[in-house]
Amino acid sequence: MEKIFTRPESLLDVPTHYCAGCGHGVVQRLIAEVIDSLGAREKTIGIAPVGCAVLAYNYFDFDMSEAPHGRPPAVATGIKRVHPENLVFAYQGDGDLAAIGIAEIIHTANRGENITVIFVNNAVYGMTNGQMAPTSIMNQKTITTPQGRTSSEGYPLKVCELLSVLDGSSFLARVSTSTPENIRLTKKTILKGFTTQIEKKGFALVEVLSACPVYLRMEPEESLKFIDNEMTKTFPLGVFKDWETNNS
Amino acid sequence: METKHLLTGNEAAAEAAIIAGCRYYYGYPITPQNELINYLATRMPQVGGTFIQAESELAAINMVYGSAAAGARTMTSSSSPGISLKQECISYMAGSELPCLIVNMQRGGPGLGDISTSQADYFQAVKGGGHGDYRIIVLAPSTVQETADLVYDAFDIADKYRNPVMVLGDAQIGQLMEPVVFHKERKNNVADKPWALTGSKGRKKNIVKSFYPVKGELEVFNKKLQEKYKRIEDNEVLFEDLNTNGADVVLVAYGTTSRICKDVINKYESGNHQLGMLRPISLWPFPTKKIREISESAKAIITIEMSAGQMVEDVRLAVEGRCPVHFYGRTGGGIPTPKEILKKIDELGF
Ligand SMILES: Cc1ncc(C[n+]2csc(CCOP(=O)(O)OP(=O)(O)O)c2C)c(N)n1
Ligand code: SF4
Ligand SMILES: [Mg+2]
Repeated sequence: MEKIFTRPESLLDVPTHYCAGCGHGVVQRLIAEVIDSLGAREKTIGIAPVGCAVLAYNYFDFDMSEAPHGRPPAVATGIKRVHPENLVFAYQGDGDLAAIGIAEIIHTANRGENITVIFVNNAVYGMTNGQMAPTSIMNQKTITTPQGRTSSEGYPLKVCELLSVLDGSSFLARVSTSTPENIRLTKKTILKGFTTQIEKKGFALVEVLSACPVYLRMEPEESLKFIDNEMTKTFPLGVFKDWETNNS
Repeated sequence: METKHLLTGNEAAAEAAIIAGCRYYYGYPITPQNELINYLATRMPQVGGTFIQAESELAAINMVYGSAAAGARTMTSSSSPGISLKQECISYMAGSELPCLIVNMQRGGPGLGDISTSQADYFQAVKGGGHGDYRIIVLAPSTVQETADLVYDAFDIADKYRNPVMVLGDAQIGQLMEPVVFHKERKNNVADKPWALTGSKGRKKNIVKSFYPVKGELEVFNKKLQEKYKRIEDNEVLFEDLNTNGADVVLVAYGTTSRICKDVINKYESGNHQLGMLRPISLWPFPTKKIREISESAKAIITIEMSAGQMVEDVRLAVEGRCPVHFYGRTGGGIPTPKEILKKIDELGF
């Protein structure tokens, strides 16, 4: 019988520690599939963040580095400058990228560093038990915004929009894991994020709206609806910049 | 004949790094190390290297982390406040066993302090600086020539032990101009780096990390680190011994203050009393055994520093009460003068 669905070579056959319904596992599988499709497993170097995805280096089957919280873009820069022909990507959560690491992501994008960033926006700090993230939406209840986020906590940070004004960024898109259709689009967009690098077109970032049902305090299914019905109002899906179509 | 160059300590450190094969420099401007970053901005591209003026010291040291993980010789430089910012990542590098060079040309603190010379970052440099049980190797030059020589050695030692190395100078060493010779015939001992991230072609994947979440794993790893530190303590102690054998009074000083102490020794006339100096070159590992040996026969030891008294604590730990340990120091840009040091010696009443 023909096998039509199998584990990507770039993903090891090990159990992950993600909660049921978590988006991280989905995104990582898509990355692995894309890297397989590019035949790039043996030249890929990934950087795992500090956040729920910290152990991603145990799941992918290619060279991986850890990075201090928020610093994957700087670590990726240091790696890419040494190995410009390798495929280098940073995987980051919203606290990692948009709070503590906002300076690094802006400057790495602004330098037009030829790397790919996969940015998992789950609107909350997963690893540290559900505090507000810079991307938590208005009125969203978290442990540190028990009454819901108000303007005194500031407004949800729109990373793609922010980076799109920089001359150094080349490809910026926001996608989601809420439906099979969206997941297929996410895979295509991640592929574009990597081909941007392969073609030496500079900095690419793919923001993936992803579910953290545990700290949204929702059933997994409900958390996917939250992405579609609530998150996308603040974070519209789409391509914000594309070197190929000059869209910006 | 070898060519002599007239350079600042900062420039000498930069050129020595190039000769040592460092091709990845990441830094952020701060006085009194600006001559270093400025020099490499021109020099790195000439040798096909990477120079990035990073957005902060944080970013700079994390770029160093990346290039070190990728297997390259790499460095950053800064001065006191900037070194404080780098500490989290230095701890990560020690934990991930990544080699690199960090140059710290110390200035006055705490806080923004001033840009004049200081040795007040001794504790930060030799006691860890960041979080966790770790050590970095700290080498302290006292001349421009020695700055070049130690930078060169630092890369070899860092690779040998897979550990960050700091060259700890001060504003004086960094900005002073002296003749320097670059020993181009010296061989770099670039270690094999089978652990480096290069892409996993033809081998199992490599992981560079310092995270050991499974209970018990971190303790095993920390023991391994401590064993490495013991090997470093056994093999990498460096010092200069100036007439300590049979000396009644021994001055202990490093870097800029050791130059002043040398002057004192050359000028000192004390009848029947002999004066010597021990100059630690490696501040960690510290020349504990040597100082212990000195304390068996010396009548007194005086530690001279540009701080309120930091290295003196390590001297006391080495001496363990075998002889009195005195201290004279100046802070905030103050430099101990030969006259002040002589007065301190006189006060001992020999
Ligand atoms: C310097 C530092 N500050 C704080 C932390 C604690 N910390 C770990 S992960 C995290 C937030 C993670 O949130 P996010 O990046 O959104 O990732 P998620 O877990 O949601 O995927 C924080 C604050 C840390 N490890 N290091
Ligand atoms: S806490 Fe949230 S982000 Fe973390 S693994 Fe669980 S579901 Fe995923
Ligand atoms: Mg998050």
